[in-house]
Amino acid sequence: MEIDFKHKQAAHCENGVVANLMTYNGFTVSEPMVFGIGSGLLFTYIPFLKVNYAPVVSYRAMPGIIFTRFATRVGIKIKREKFRNPQTAKARLDENLKRNNPVGLQVGVYNLPYFPDEYRFHFNAHNMVVYGKKEGTYLISDPVMETVTSLTEKELEKVRFAKGAFAPKGHIYYPTAFPEKLQLEKAIIKGIRHTCRDMLAPVPIVGVKGIRKIAKLIRKWPKAKGIKIANHYLGQIVRMQEEIGTGGGGFRYIYAAFLQEVGKLLANDRLLELSKEMTLIGDQWRDFAVEASRIYKNRSNNVAVDQYDHVATLLEDIANKEEVFFKKLKKAI
Amino acid sequence: MTQGMKKNEVPQDKSNLESANFKELCYAVDENGEYTTELSTGWSPKTIALNNAIEALNERIAASKQRVRELKASPLEYYMELHKMDLPILASYVGIWKWRVKRHFRPAVFNNLNNKTLQKYADVFEVTIEELKRTDL
Repeated sequence: MEIDFKHKQAAHCENGVVANLMTYNGFTVSEPMVFGIGSGLLFTYIPFLKVNYAPVVSYRAMPGIIFTRFATRVGIKIKREKFRNPQTAKARLDENLKRNNPVGLQVGVYNLPYFPDEYRFHFNAHNMVVYGKKEGTYLISDPVMETVTSLTEKELEKVRFAKGAFAPKGHIYYPTAFPEKLQLEKAIIKGIRHTCRDMLAPVPIVGVKGIRKIAKLIRKWPKAKGIKIANHYLGQIVRMQEEIGTGGGGFRYIYAAFLQEVGKLLANDRLLELSKEMTLIGDQWRDFAVEASRIYKNRSNNVAVDQYDHVATLLEDIANKEEVFFKKLKKAI
Repeated sequence: MTQGMKKNEVPQDKSNLESANFKELCYAVDENGEYTTELSTGWSPKTIALNNAIEALNERIAASKQRVRELKASPLEYYMELHKMDLPILASYVGIWKWRVKRHFRPAVFNNLNNKTLQKYADVFEVTIEELKRTDL
């Protein structure tokens, strides 16, 4: 069976799945809208955790939480289920497809055959929609891909039961109940307030303070860890910032797009101005990435320490700008 | 320095995406300052970062291969690196405690493993037990 499902490519998988599932159910919402209402924008440094032998920073809220927040705020209900047994997981998926219900799945990236090899890491918080099954093959709408694709039963089971951090355990989810009309206005305000609160949180590893913390670490790394490791760490930060799914500039451009859309919807010129300002902050993140890549480009061990100070200064400048920005944003709504 | 990422300025650099015919979606503004999306083939600063990460990974694989050949480590360590895993990920896949997996990296311990345990590793790495035991990688 094949459900008449419209695939639309998105920058980020979770927003994309939500936007596409909403559209299928007759509510057209854009990716930036899902991201903004779900308060996806964030900056966190996660100490004591290493991925790929480097410290972890995140430019977005925890996997899954964007959809949960979006759903509560606009008034839709979601059903979520995880499984211990792959057979039960498969049966539940097949039942839904038989009922003509396209569903979201959380999967691991490492065993996705259609991903470029270089991008196949043990990352378990990827999202996709399954919208049908034909001759034992599942029809897949993966939001980061240009077109739809398919996976065999065995391939799908493997990615649904990937192991490691954030193991998906066959996680399946779909909206079950909708209001007559989405309560967008209230939801938008809640979403924005939440993001402002996160970014200005008085926690040393979160938001603006988190950016300052990373800047401080970058200054320390070359002396404390040596050039080779410092460069590896710096590369990892840029990868997290610009990885597929961020839409560029560590999600800042998607957020600017959200503010523009919302500014028009609510007829709030302040938000339109702030959207422009966020775009410029996005540019600054891009500049940071360019300068950082000049350092790690050569993989040589001869890097003047003042170059690290230079990129750290860029980050501190971004932190200052974002602090002012989110204070203004809080007042604008 | 740019003044807002413009649609026609979305980078189209050569990257690892090309081989898979893969393009990613980026957000940018058009000539009127309106937000829109554009596909990108890649961007050098992140391609370089990714290539460095892959190179570092390959160095780890080569180093563990060497250790296995010199019988300083069991082949499990090599296969773990080959599959881009670390200890917690491998332990989670085989369903064996981390400290035990770590012990299995010692050739003397590895050589005494029973077939049931070996099969668990072989399944995860998608090789036969015979292949798993080979040290002439």
